[in-house]
Amino acid sequence: MLDVRDLKKSFDGFQAVSGVSFSVPRGSISAIIGPNGAGKTTLFNLITGHLRPDAGSVSFKGREVTGIAPHDLCRLGMGRSFQRTNIFPRLTVLQNIQAAYLCHRGRGWNLMAPVDRLYRDETEALLDSVGLLDKAGEVAGFLSHGNQKQLELGITLALEPEILLLDEPTAGMSAQETRESIRLIERIARERGLTLLFTEHDMEVVFTIALRITVLHQGGVIADGTPEEVRRHPEVRRVYLGERR
Amino acid sequence: MPDPSFVFAQSLSGLTAAMFLFLIASGLSLIFGVLRVLNFAHGTFYMLGAYGAYQFVQWLGATGARFWLAALLAALGVAVLGGIIERFLFQRLYGKEELYQLLFTYALVLVLGDAAKIFWGTQQKSLSRPPGLTGALSLFGATIPYYNLFIILLGPAIALGFWFALQRTRAGRFIRAAALDRETLGALGVNVNALYTGVFVLASFLGGLGGALITPMRAIVPGMDTEVIVEAFVVVVIGGLGSFWGTFLGALIYGQVLSFGILFFPRFSIFSIFALMAAVLIIRPWGLLGKPLK
Amino acid sequence: MIQKIPWTLLVFAAAFFVPAAGSRYYTFLANDVVIWALFATSLNLLVGYTGLVSFGHAAYFGIGAYTTGVLMKKMGISFLLAFPAAGVLAGLFALVFGFFCVRLTRIYFAMLTLAFAQIVWAICFKWNEVTGGEQGMPEIPYPNFDWLEKIAAWLPFVGGYRTSDYFYFLSLVLVAVCLWLLRRVVGSPFGRMLTTIRENPERAEFIGVNVRRYELAAFVVAGAFAGLAGGLFGIFNRGVFPDFAYWTKSSEVLIMTLLGGMGTFIGPALGALVLIWLNQQIVSYTQYWPLVLGLILIVLLFVFPGGIAGAVESAARRLRRRSAHA
Repeated sequence: MLDVRDLKKSFDGFQAVSGVSFSVPRGSISAIIGPNGAGKTTLFNLITGHLRPDAGSVSFKGREVTGIAPHDLCRLGMGRSFQRTNIFPRLTVLQNIQAAYLCHRGRGWNLMAPVDRLYRDETEALLDSVGLLDKAGEVAGFLSHGNQKQLELGITLALEPEILLLDEPTAGMSAQETRESIRLIERIARERGLTLLFTEHDMEVVFTIALRITVLHQGGVIADGTPEEVRRHPEVRRVYLGERR
Repeated sequence: MPDPSFVFAQSLSGLTAAMFLFLIASGLSLIFGVLRVLNFAHGTFYMLGAYGAYQFVQWLGATGARFWLAALLAALGVAVLGGIIERFLFQRLYGKEELYQLLFTYALVLVLGDAAKIFWGTQQKSLSRPPGLTGALSLFGATIPYYNLFIILLGPAIALGFWFALQRTRAGRFIRAAALDRETLGALGVNVNALYTGVFVLASFLGGLGGALITPMRAIVPGMDTEVIVEAFVVVVIGGLGSFWGTFLGALIYGQVLSFGILFFPRFSIFSIFALMAAVLIIRPWGLLGKPLK
Repeated sequence: MIQKIPWTLLVFAAAFFVPAAGSRYYTFLANDVVIWALFATSLNLLVGYTGLVSFGHAAYFGIGAYTTGVLMKKMGISFLLAFPAAGVLAGLFALVFGFFCVRLTRIYFAMLTLAFAQIVWAICFKWNEVTGGEQGMPEIPYPNFDWLEKIAAWLPFVGGYRTSDYFYFLSLVLVAVCLWLLRRVVGSPFGRMLTTIRENPERAEFIGVNVRRYELAAFVVAGAFAGLAGGLFGIFNRGVFPDFAYWTKSSEVLIMTLLGGMGTFIGPALGALVLIWLNQQIVSYTQYWPLVLGLILIVLLFVFPGGIAGAVESAARRLRRRSAHA
C-alpha cells in the first residue's frame, strides 16, 4: 500500500535519511524502530509531505506522492499523528474532531452556514469510540497528556484514513497508559481495517503488535522483516546492545 | 546628465544618512537577532538621544569637547533607560505572544514620545556643530562639511568595533550563541536574562548615540521617532533581520537609493524605498545577508 | 435570563435615536464609532480568528476611502456604486498583496503587510492628479438623500434631519449589515477552519486545510470589509487624506481590537467605542492623548490581555462558578 524507495534527505551537510526503502502491505501493522537520531521522524516527515526529499520516491496506493503537500495527502487517505501532541488547544474536544469532519467532507469553504450543528452525530460517535465522549465540551488544551493523545487519534480517524502513520504514539506515557493506548489503537485498526505504520521507542509495544519491523540506524535501514527475524538479526543486536528496553 | 560633482555630493549625503541609519538599525537588528522582537521604540531611543544631547549641551555648554561629552552622556542615559525598561517591564512579557511584545514597544513609542513633548515642548531644537568640525572640505568640486566626513568615517569604525567585539570577546560569543539557541545557553549556566538586558542596553546605547550625533545636522523635532523607525525597518529587512553586516549593507543601499531617488525620480523616492522593502521580502525574505528561513 | 434579551437588536435600535436625543457632536462621535467598529472587526478576522498579525490593514481602509472619494467627487458616480466599489477594489488589492504576504510567517508577514501599506500611502501621497497628493481630497459629497425627504411625506418621523444625520443612519444600517455578514462568516465552517489555522497550522494542514489558501481568503475578506469602512469614512470625514493608509492608522485599529478583546466577535467594536469615547474625553483636558493611550495599552498588555470583552467574560465565568457552588 505504501512504498518508499531510496529516500534521501540531508540538512546542512548532515545526512538524516540516506537511501531508505521499504514497503507496507495493506492491512499490515508495521513499525519503524531505531535509536535516537536514527532519522525516524525525518522519515515520517518525508512520507507525509512535511519535507521534500533530496532524492527517492514515495508511492501510496500505487500513486506517486513524493513531496505532495500534507493537505492533499490526507485527502488521499493517509492519516498521521505527531510526536508532540498536535491538537487545537483552545477549541473544545468536540470542535477539534468536528473541524476534521468539516474539512474532510468538503464543507471548509462554506462561508455562511452556522457551524455548531454540523456533523454532530458523527463527531459524538467518534468521540465515543476513542473514549472521550464524556469530555466533549472541555477545552482541549486542558486535557491530560493521555487524553490529548486520544483526541489526536480521534482527529486523525475523522479523516477516514486507510493508513495511519503514528509518530511515537506512546511517548511520554506511563506503562498503564501505554497498554491502554496500544489496545485502543489495535482495536480501532482492526475495526476499521486500517493499515498501521508507527515509530516507537518502547520495544515491548513494538514486539507485541507489529507484524513487520524496519530498523533504522543513522539514516539507513539495517534490518527489515518479521519480529522474529529482527530479534535474531546480528546488526540489530549490536546497535541495541546497551539499550535498556 | 547631471554634473558629476553634484552626483558625488549626493552620494556622499546618502552615505552620511546611511551611517546614521546604520547606528540605529544595528541596535534594532541586535535586539531582533537575540530577543526575536522588533522594537518599535528604537526610533524613540534615537529621538531621546537627540534631545538628551541638546539638554546636556544646555547644562554643560558647547565649548571645546563638551559636545562630545554631551553626546556620550545622552547615549548612556538612553542606554540606562533601555535597561530599566527591559529589566522591569519587558522581561515580564517574554513568555507571551509576540504580538504583545510588539505592541508593548509601540506603547513605549506613545508614552516616551509624549514625555519628550512634555519636557522639551514641540518647538524645533538644534545644536551647532562642535568646534573643530565646523567648516567644509572641497573634494571633486563638491563641498563636504567636515562633520559629515567624520560621520562617514565613524560609521564603519563603529561597525568594525562591534564586529570585533562580537567575534572575539566572551560577551560577544554569548550574544551570538543566544541568537542561535537561547535554551541551550541557559542550560549551560549563562544568565540569559542578564544577557538580554545587556543586549537591550547596548542596542539602546547605539540608537541614542545615533540620535545624539545627528543633532548638528538635523533639527530635533517630535515625529523624528516614527519617521526614523520605518527607515530602520527598511534597512534591517534589506540587509537581513539579525545580520550585522547585513544591516551595514542595507543602510548603504538605502542611503544611495534614497539620495539618488530624490535626484532622478523625486516623485517616486519614497515609493521606491518601500517597493524595495517589499521586493526583498517577496523574493528573499531573509534579506541580502541573513540566514534563510526554516 | 440575561442571554435571552436580544442585546444586539436593542443596541442597534437605540443607536437610531442618537441624533434625536443628542447634539450634532454625539451623532458625529457615534458615526465615528460605527465606522471604526467595522474596520476593527474586519482586522480581527485576521488577527483574532486566523492568528495573522497585520501591520498594514490601514492600506485597505485608505484604498476604500480613495475609491469612493474619487468616484463620487471626481466622476460624479452615485454612492450606490461607489460604496461597493470601495469594497471590491480593496478586496482586489488584498488579493494581490495577500498572495505575497501569506507565503511568509509571523514577523516577516507583518513586515510585508507594513511595506505594502506604506507603498499605498506613498502612492496616495504623491499621485497628485488622482489622489490630490499631500493635500488629499477635501469635500467629498454626501450621497443624495432627496429620496428620504420624499418618504418623509408619508412617514413623518423620517424627515427633518440634517444631511449628516441621514449619513449616520445610512452608516449604521450598512455597518450593521456588514457586521452581520462577518458574524456569519466567523460562525461558518470557513471561520472554524480559520481558527484551526490560528491554533495549530501544522495540524490544520494535516486535516486537509490548505493553509495558504484559507489565509489568503481571510486576508481578502478582511481587506474588502476594511475598504467598505474606508469608503464610509471618507464621506464622514468630509475628505480623504493619505494618512488613512499610514502605518500609525494600522496600529490604532490594532490597539482598538486588542482593547476590546481579540477573542470575541464583539470585542473590536467595543474597543472602538471605548477608545473613541476615551479619546474625546481626554483630548478636552490635555493634548497628551498618545501618552494616555500608551499607558492604557501597557495596562492592557500586562493585566488584561483579553481586552474588555475578555475581562468581562472571565468575570462572568467566575460569577457563574461561584453561584454554581453556592
